[in-house]
Amino acid sequence: MAVSTLYKGRHRRNNVALSLCIAATVFGLIWLVIILAELVWKGVGGLSLSVFTHLTKGPGDNGGLLNPIVGSLIMTTLGTVIGTPIGLLAGTYMAEYGQFSKLTIVVRFINDILLSAPSIVIGLFIYVVLVAHGVGHYSGIAGAVSLAVIVIPVVVRTTEDMLTLVPVTLREAASALGMPRSLYLWNVAYRAASAGLVTGVLLAVARISGETAPLLFTALGNTLWSTDLLQPMASLPQVIFNYAGSAYTDFQQLAWTGALIITFVVLMLSISARMIVAIGGVKK
Amino acid sequence: MAEVAVNSAAGTYARQQDRSRALRWFNLTDTTFRLASLSAAVFVLLLLGGIIISLIIGAMPAFQKFGLNFLTVQRWDPNADIYGALAPIYGTIVTSVIAMVIAVPIGLGIAIFLTEICPPWLRRPIGIAIELLAGIPSIIYGIWGFFVFAPVLQQTVQPFLINTLGQIPGIGNLFAGPPYGIGILTAGLILAIMVLPFITSISRDVFESVPPVLKEAGYGLGCTTWEVVTKIVLPFTRIGVVGGVMLGLGRALGETMAVTFVVGNAHRISASILAPGTTISATIANEFQEAVGDLYTSSLIALGLILFFITFLVLAAARYMLMRLDQKAGK
Repeated sequence: MAVSTLYKGRHRRNNVALSLCIAATVFGLIWLVIILAELVWKGVGGLSLSVFTHLTKGPGDNGGLLNPIVGSLIMTTLGTVIGTPIGLLAGTYMAEYGQFSKLTIVVRFINDILLSAPSIVIGLFIYVVLVAHGVGHYSGIAGAVSLAVIVIPVVVRTTEDMLTLVPVTLREAASALGMPRSLYLWNVAYRAASAGLVTGVLLAVARISGETAPLLFTALGNTLWSTDLLQPMASLPQVIFNYAGSAYTDFQQLAWTGALIITFVVLMLSISARMIVAIGGVKK
Repeated sequence: MAEVAVNSAAGTYARQQDRSRALRWFNLTDTTFRLASLSAAVFVLLLLGGIIISLIIGAMPAFQKFGLNFLTVQRWDPNADIYGALAPIYGTIVTSVIAMVIAVPIGLGIAIFLTEICPPWLRRPIGIAIELLAGIPSIIYGIWGFFVFAPVLQQTVQPFLINTLGQIPGIGNLFAGPPYGIGILTAGLILAIMVLPFITSISRDVFESVPPVLKEAGYGLGCTTWEVVTKIVLPFTRIGVVGGVMLGLGRALGETMAVTFVVGNAHRISASILAPGTTISATIANEFQEAVGDLYTSSLIALGLILFFITFLVLAAARYMLMRLDQKAGK
């Protein structure tokens, strides 16, 4: 009798705890559904061709988001182009040349901290370096560089992870043929890990295309059409930030539409990154 | 005959030439590649050094003017050019604590569900959904929180809290005042939603590092699933879980756009968590473009330095703990 109550008690506790876990999961997923549903609900209404073809204008002037979209494209592309080679090389060093060196341990530690460092601090850093001193004023190039600083740790991390996954036998085969490390990396390791490396870059692009905080005090924003990298440049997240806080309903509508566009792009990027990994992160 | 000998001698010579040229080329590319990759790795270190040094340089005027009082004074008055960081520091810590109190149990619950209860075919879709939640840009959370979440809170949850918990002496002060909608509590709740995926995915990875043998031994002794989780999985992964939680905390402390929309941007410390407040990141994001005068800008950069210092400590501790778990798991 005593045994059976003890057993029942344990069983009951088990059921209660596990039900709570299931409830937690449902609770966590509900937010994803609610946020996405709300975003589509509010954003789709404002989606029209003029959003993509008109420049930002005054309230009530049927403005669009053309210059912020172009600005975002320019700065995201440039940020990726600057950040990716540095990240790729650093990751290569950690996985290949400095595999057993103390420097690698330090770099890995610092890189992991940079990976989660507040992006607003990176914005301030670039402000001090490029806006207050280097270029001397707010500019598109400062925005691109601040995004590049965010790209680097993401790419470093995935590059190191992916290169260490390349089977040792491939390296041994390459060494047996007399290949130096550079040729092994270029012709064997990068090829075997190419899908994984592309994933890292895609994740980095996904990360920076929604970044707002660092752009506020580097690229600043621009209500006019400008592709000059030395001038302030508009970006989609920054326009959303400014428009959402405004009192005009058409600005708020544009902010929702812009938010929908960004979320769509970011989700597409992360989903395709995951699919590439699922198909073949590292060929073995 | 002689001709052939001469030819083959010339051929050997040419081959040797080729080979030494190829070797030189190999050496050159290898050295270049090694140096380039080494300098990129060193560059990552310099990046961190650069961030710290440039923030210190930028913050210098503010620290010279206010000294350590910058950290302890609540008054933030651009008109009088007097700046104290206490209110933003307080707001940053309180919103993050609220976020962690809510997100940690829920995140661990989801991780337990994913590793112990969930049928295998459902594991991947739910895992991916949680990770997508982590990928949504923070400005989306901000705009959603501002237009949708805050008004709902103002009409439902906050009046309820004021009428129930707010009436209890003592802790009632935490829930006093009118329902603003935006405020410290709302910012904390939004942060909780944002850090939930980080805590979930790290704890899931950490739980999966438990050797199956240990769990099987537990089940073999007749443990229930919950007993296996609390007596085997959690003790084994304790350091890793704490590391994951602190990683989430690091995110919460530095999160900017989501908080900026809903925290209320009021430079004061209120007893009530329903009242508007501000955080370090929200202050910088809101005021930087309008900051006139070197001291104002410098004070904002000083705020950034404080934020970086706090998050650096939290993240370093988190990484250290996760590294120790990896060593334990023999990775």
